[in-house]
Amino acid sequence: MEKSFRSTALTIFAVLTAISTLLLISVGGIVTSKGVGMSVPDWPTTYGYNMFFFPFSKWEGGIFHEHSHRLLASLVGLFTVILAVWLHGRPARRFLRVFGFLLVAFSVMIAIFTQGRLQTASVMALCGFVSVALSFGWPGNLPAPGWVRRLGLAAVGAVLLQGLLGGLRVTLYKDQIGIFHGVLAQLFFCLVCLLAFVASTKWEEIGLVRTQSPGIRSFGILLTLLVVVQLGLGATMRHQHAGLAIPDFPLAYGGWWPATDEHSLIKYNQNKLDVGTNKAVTSFQIQLQMTHRVTACIILLASLLLLKKTAWNLGWKLPLTRISAVLVALVLVQFSLGAFTIWSDKAADIATAHVAVGALTLAGCFLFSTMAWKSMPQASREILLAHAAGSPSILQESH
Amino acid sequence: MKSIWLGAVLAAVVIPATWAADVTGKITLKGTPAPEKEIAALKNDASCGKLRTDVPKTRFYVVGAGGELADVVVYIKEGLTTKGGDAPETPVELDQHGCEYVPYVVALQTKQKLVIKNSDPLLHNINVNPKVPGNKAFNEAQMGKGPNKIKTFDNPEMFISFACNVHPWMFAYVSVFDHPYFAVTGKDGSFKLGNVPPGKYVIEAFHRKGGKVTKEITVDKDSQVADMAIELKP
Repeated sequence: MEKSFRSTALTIFAVLTAISTLLLISVGGIVTSKGVGMSVPDWPTTYGYNMFFFPFSKWEGGIFHEHSHRLLASLVGLFTVILAVWLHGRPARRFLRVFGFLLVAFSVMIAIFTQGRLQTASVMALCGFVSVALSFGWPGNLPAPGWVRRLGLAAVGAVLLQGLLGGLRVTLYKDQIGIFHGVLAQLFFCLVCLLAFVASTKWEEIGLVRTQSPGIRSFGILLTLLVVVQLGLGATMRHQHAGLAIPDFPLAYGGWWPATDEHSLIKYNQNKLDVGTNKAVTSFQIQLQMTHRVTACIILLASLLLLKKTAWNLGWKLPLTRISAVLVALVLVQFSLGAFTIWSDKAADIATAHVAVGALTLAGCFLFSTMAWKSMPQASREILLAHAAGSPSILQESH
Repeated sequence: MKSIWLGAVLAAVVIPATWAADVTGKITLKGTPAPEKEIAALKNDASCGKLRTDVPKTRFYVVGAGGELADVVVYIKEGLTTKGGDAPETPVELDQHGCEYVPYVVALQTKQKLVIKNSDPLLHNINVNPKVPGNKAFNEAQMGKGPNKIKTFDNPEMFISFACNVHPWMFAYVSVFDHPYFAVTGKDGSFKLGNVPPGKYVIEAFHRKGGKVTKEITVDKDSQVADMAIELKP
């Protein structure tokens, strides 16, 4: 039953959505690395234009990156909506038709009753017509299982929230919102990767191989959580423009742990001559970066242990072992990119690559954990679920 | 005889109170800062690169041959008993010229007008994010050679950052005081605080990168000289 909703087209589209999301994260990374996030002061408009009508001749300097980010975000939002509707299969045709007609009707009302919103009305009308047109040739696959459809809707909710956070970052002038925007972007990427995985036949194949190694599953989850923490630390550093709060690596201001007394901070700031940022180095920023460095070492160690564990318990042929090997490679690349970010004086392309590989690492860890869960024997899964629900009786029974 | 005494007492009280003297001085930098960096992004920018024939560099430390330090904000930090009246009518000007803010550091009084110009033939955004409550953040676009923008700040604050994110190397710093006794040093490192009433004061010289240094002075009817040195930490 579960297989019936899958098709090659759906798998390709879901993968395309994931790739677009990674591209969007990368462009967002460039925006933050170059410090041009506020180059378009208004939102959701762009210099007063509906963003789809903003003339290309005005895409100057930082506007080019920020506006590209917004357009690409719209595309990812559209892809996510299409994917979520696709997961509902053939019955979505009626929804598309009704939604399309409503959009057209709404756009007509906007055009008639409001002034200066003709561009917005045009975009809405176009979406409405496309929605109606699509409904006639919509894929005839069966609906995906309920939990998959709900995941699709959660992705739509996440992408909408993400767009809102991006807009509020601009209109409220708050760096802190940028931190959440950066973290949610990568969590959303994990969700889309999971959808792509579930939409493929690989998902079924994973379920065919049952493994009895709870240590691997726990380790996978632990590694994923560590990467999420690292993502939070990194996003905080980036949105405080504190990537060069410590300008050397592997040492920190010439030592293993830098001093953060008043005299030292004055000295650091006197010598800090960044072209692209005007933020003074603070004790908090230094401690934050040191925590980021230490966590990176822990993640590297944890990924190596995970590889050893999977190879030892499962052998080299199973996907879980191969993925854990890929994870080690990703973590090593990510570690190197972190070092090069500092050595290159935080060159925008390297800092952005650090963000993109970080997103891939997180998604890899997340998928590894999901696969480990999927390949767990049904009985073990039920025991764990019961444990999570706080039902000790089942646990005792299992012993 | 009585009226002579009364006059003398009044004179002794009133005349010093109406005295006002200038405090002048020179700020120097002790130590050698790291060389300024070339702003490659400016030269490589399709629009801004055309506006500059020179090699644009950062302006963290503008230091003369004798150590004279520019862009230091000098002000009375302690000792004022009166705030010295309303903000002056004359506005302070901040221009965007050659894809840089000119000048790099300015100071003004609360409620005094800050006129923001754009002499460049291209768009800049002005992103201002004060930290002191009551001073309003804003991020506004200003078209090339467009109309001036006029802003005021309600509360004292040091080095409010002005940034253009379209051209993310552009920064300027605006300091705001609730009294008129402040100045920004020029390229010769000199400053002048005019018409300071008699009294004992602590004046502070604050350079955004170099840090700050203070000095105690006593002002009477004669002008005072208060040279200070900002020292780079070894």
